[in-house]
Amino acid sequence: MTAILKHELRSYFHSLTAYVFGAFLLAFVGIGAMLYNLQMAVSNFEYVFTFSSLIFVVIVPILTMRTVAEERKQKTDTLLYSLPITTVQVILGKYLALLILYLIPLAVIAIYPLIFAQFGEVYLLTSYGSILGFFLLGAALIAVGIFLSSLTENQGLAAGIGIAVILLNYYSVSLSEYVSATALGSVIALVVVFLLLGLLIRHLTQNGNLAYWVSFVLIAATVALYILDSTAFEGLLPKIMEQLSLFERFSVIVYGVFDMTTVVYDLSVAAFFLFLAVQSLEKRRYN
Amino acid sequence: MITVEHLTKRYGSFTAVDDLSFEIEAGHVYGFLGPNGAGKSTTMNIMTGCLSATAGHVQIDGYDVFEHPKEAKRWIGYLPEQPPLYLNETPEEYLHFVGEAKGIKGTALREQIDSVVEQTGLGPVRRQRIATLSKGYRQRVGIAQALLGNPKVIILDEPTVGLDPIQIIEIRELITRLGGSHTVILSSHILSEVQAICEKILIISHGKLVAFDTADNLERQLLSPNEITLTAEATEAEAEAILAGVPHITHRTVTAAEKGLTTLRLETDLPDLHDLSRKLFFAFAREKKALLELNLKKANLEDIFLELTDKQPQAEPASGEQDKKEAEPS
Repeated sequence: MTAILKHELRSYFHSLTAYVFGAFLLAFVGIGAMLYNLQMAVSNFEYVFTFSSLIFVVIVPILTMRTVAEERKQKTDTLLYSLPITTVQVILGKYLALLILYLIPLAVIAIYPLIFAQFGEVYLLTSYGSILGFFLLGAALIAVGIFLSSLTENQGLAAGIGIAVILLNYYSVSLSEYVSATALGSVIALVVVFLLLGLLIRHLTQNGNLAYWVSFVLIAATVALYILDSTAFEGLLPKIMEQLSLFERFSVIVYGVFDMTTVVYDLSVAAFFLFLAVQSLEKRRYN
Repeated sequence: MITVEHLTKRYGSFTAVDDLSFEIEAGHVYGFLGPNGAGKSTTMNIMTGCLSATAGHVQIDGYDVFEHPKEAKRWIGYLPEQPPLYLNETPEEYLHFVGEAKGIKGTALREQIDSVVEQTGLGPVRRQRIATLSKGYRQRVGIAQALLGNPKVIILDEPTVGLDPIQIIEIRELITRLGGSHTVILSSHILSEVQAICEKILIISHGKLVAFDTADNLERQLLSPNEITLTAEATEAEAEAILAGVPHITHRTVTAAEKGLTTLRLETDLPDLHDLSRKLFFAFAREKKALLELNLKKANLEDIFLELTDKQPQAEPASGEQDKKEAEPS
């Protein structure tokens, strides 16, 4: 794993990726700090992040699009398969390299509250809580990006889907106000989600039966529940969309509540998508 | 060293490798020979753990490739059909990465890199970006990568494809040198290449093993009888009379007879054609008839290859698609 980690880091620093990513993040947070902390003279550094978390829509796809897609395109994935390392080590090595790359500008950003504290009262606990939350949010999104990159050998496609997914997640709370809150609407949405889940399983495992059964059981359970107790589905869809939003959970931290469920949620999202990325890489060996 | 048992690989309804079994012993250079789409790359990808098998086992030094991949892969160096290179790196950086991934560290790694760079003749370009290297040099970087970690077996998939004649000779010489210290398996669809480098030949056709022997044995044992064409200063009747006294001629036909010259084609069951030509010479000499021409035609591997790979029924008509699958086992 360390071999992959070192190799990835070296290639990021050889190319422009590391610098573009760092520059983007620093510039955006810097602009945020200037607007909120300097111009508006607000002493809460954490508010900067409500402004700058949108930058993830751009920088995460830039960072993650090539991770696996490029290996496939250049056929270097054959090398990874033939080396005495596991696919788990490959994905983890790549992921950790990206986290390190992400931590470098964050370390610079972590100095800002201390600088501001020299000139007035800054509540450092929420500032650093938010920086940690920001790191976890990025860590979860990077894992999603790696998974998307593992689905295709086309970097552009990986980046495009990445942007769409992160944007959707960013706006899911606002969108949730517009989706149907009725029980029937929620059931229909769930059925669609389970069908998509089935397709994803089939794509990853090449096991049609498994996919059909998982979809079928989940849909049957949903419909049965709906028939038994339709009130349980009242307003379920908007609630799910709110719950799934990584950004919504992050904004809770920004407003000063360091919610441990957010930490658990971010870490689970990261673990889940890394697991899927490993499966996606394994799948190529098993098709 | 390597045992392949009942290996089968199917892509949907297409069978790329069909119940393949063979055993590779240490210390020889083996050649995998077969036309495009025969299943060579697929077999090699499975042997190196890059691809799963539908059925069957591959054991490397007693370790199953699928059950104990780490231990099994340690003994193998693999160069796929398209060398898996990171173009933005120098050969040195690239080899450093592969070495580390193979678990070699520190000074041992530096020494090994120096040694494989020397073996493959990469010295002059070791600090040049791979993207700027010629195809021949890239192939060497790929071979150098396979050599790291001192594997017992080196598997090379079509190592000379796309190279110019000089590069081909250089790579062949390199492979022959490697054969001294490693077991080498290489694949090719070019017969003369396999004949030139390999001691033992596996011929694969439509995913099946159709022959596995030394090059000499393949020539000796199989198929088409040996032929001699001769032209003698004698009439047809005289020549026939002389030949009737020579043993081991299984078949003879007169191809031309005019102006006191007779040309005949003889077939024999003798493995050594020189035995027969000596007998022919003395037989004609005794009768004071001059032999003007004597052509020996040994049944060569080319004939065997064509015959073996042709024999299989063409079960799948859409061969274009199979070729593609063979090229990119995805």
